[in-house]
Amino acid sequence: MAHDITADAAHAHEEHHESPVVFGFWLYLMTDCIIFGTLFAVFAVMRNQFAGGPTGKDIFDLNGVGIETALLLLSSITYGFGMISAHQNKLGALRGWLGVTFILGLGFLFMELREFSHMVAEGNGPDRSAFLSAFFTLVGTHGLHVTCGLLWMAVLIVQTGGKTVLSERMTNKLTCLSLFWHFLDIVWICVFTFVYLMSVI
Amino acid sequence: MADAHTDHSGASHGSVGSYLTGFVISVLLTVAAFGVVMAHSFSPSGTIAAIAILAAVQIVVHLVFFLHMNTSSEQRWNVMAFVFTVLTVFILIVGTLFIMHDTSINMMSR
Repeated sequence: MAHDITADAAHAHEEHHESPVVFGFWLYLMTDCIIFGTLFAVFAVMRNQFAGGPTGKDIFDLNGVGIETALLLLSSITYGFGMISAHQNKLGALRGWLGVTFILGLGFLFMELREFSHMVAEGNGPDRSAFLSAFFTLVGTHGLHVTCGLLWMAVLIVQTGGKTVLSERMTNKLTCLSLFWHFLDIVWICVFTFVYLMSVI
Repeated sequence: MADAHTDHSGASHGSVGSYLTGFVISVLLTVAAFGVVMAHSFSPSGTIAAIAILAAVQIVVHLVFFLHMNTSSEQRWNVMAFVFTVLTVFILIVGTLFIMHDTSINMMSR
C-alpha cells in the first residue's frame, strides 16, 4: 500500500508539477473568497434595510450592469488567449492580448465608477442606508480588486517588453494573474446575480 | 501540441477551443439570467431560484474552462483547498443569515 502511494506520487511528479508559487497564490485566492463571502453575507442581511431611501429597483440600471458583465467576461477570455500565446512563447501576441484585456478591464472600471458617481450625486451614496452601505462595500471591494489586477497587468506588460523568451518566474507571475482575473469574474457572477438581478425582481 | 509543453504547466492551461466553449456557455447562461429577470415570466421566488441555479452552473463552467480545475492528481490540493473554502463560506453565509434572522425576530425589529 505504502509502496503504491510512493509510486503514484513519483508518477504524478513526472507527469506534471505545478509551481508552489502558483499553489500559494491559489491559497491566497481562497482567503479572498472568504472576504467576499463575508461581504455577501453582510449584503444579504442588509438588503432590505432601506431607511426610507431608494430600493435596488429604483437605482440599478440593468443595461449598464449587462455591459459591465460583457466587458469582464470578454476580458476573461482575452486573458486566456494571452496565456495560450505565453505557453507557445509568442510574446508579441501575449502583450497584444494583455493590452486588450487591460482596455476591457479599464472599460469595466469606468462603467462602475460612472454608476457610483451618479448614485452619490443623486444623494444615494453609502451614507444613505444600510442597504447602500453594504452595496458600496461589496461592489467597491470587487472594483478595488479589479484596479489592483489592472495595475499588476500593466506591470507585467512592461516586464515582458523586450524579452524573447519567458523565464519560469515570469510564467508563474502570468499564471497567478490569470487565476486572479478569472477569480474576479467568478465573484462578478455572484455580484450581478445576487446584488443587481435579485434587487430588481 | 499539448505534449510540447509538458515541462511546465502541462495540459492544464487549456486551448483556444476550451476557452471559446466556456465563453459561449457563459454568455448563454448570463443572457438567460438577465432574460428571466427582465421578462418577469416566473413568480419572484421562481425567478430567484432560476438565477441562483444559473449562477451556480456558470461558476462551475468558469472553474472548469477558465481556471482549469479538474480531478487529476496535480490538482488535488487546489481542489481540496477550494472545497474547504466553499464549506467555510457556506457556514459563514448560512450561519449569518440564520443568526441575524433569529435576532431580528426575537427583538421584533421587523
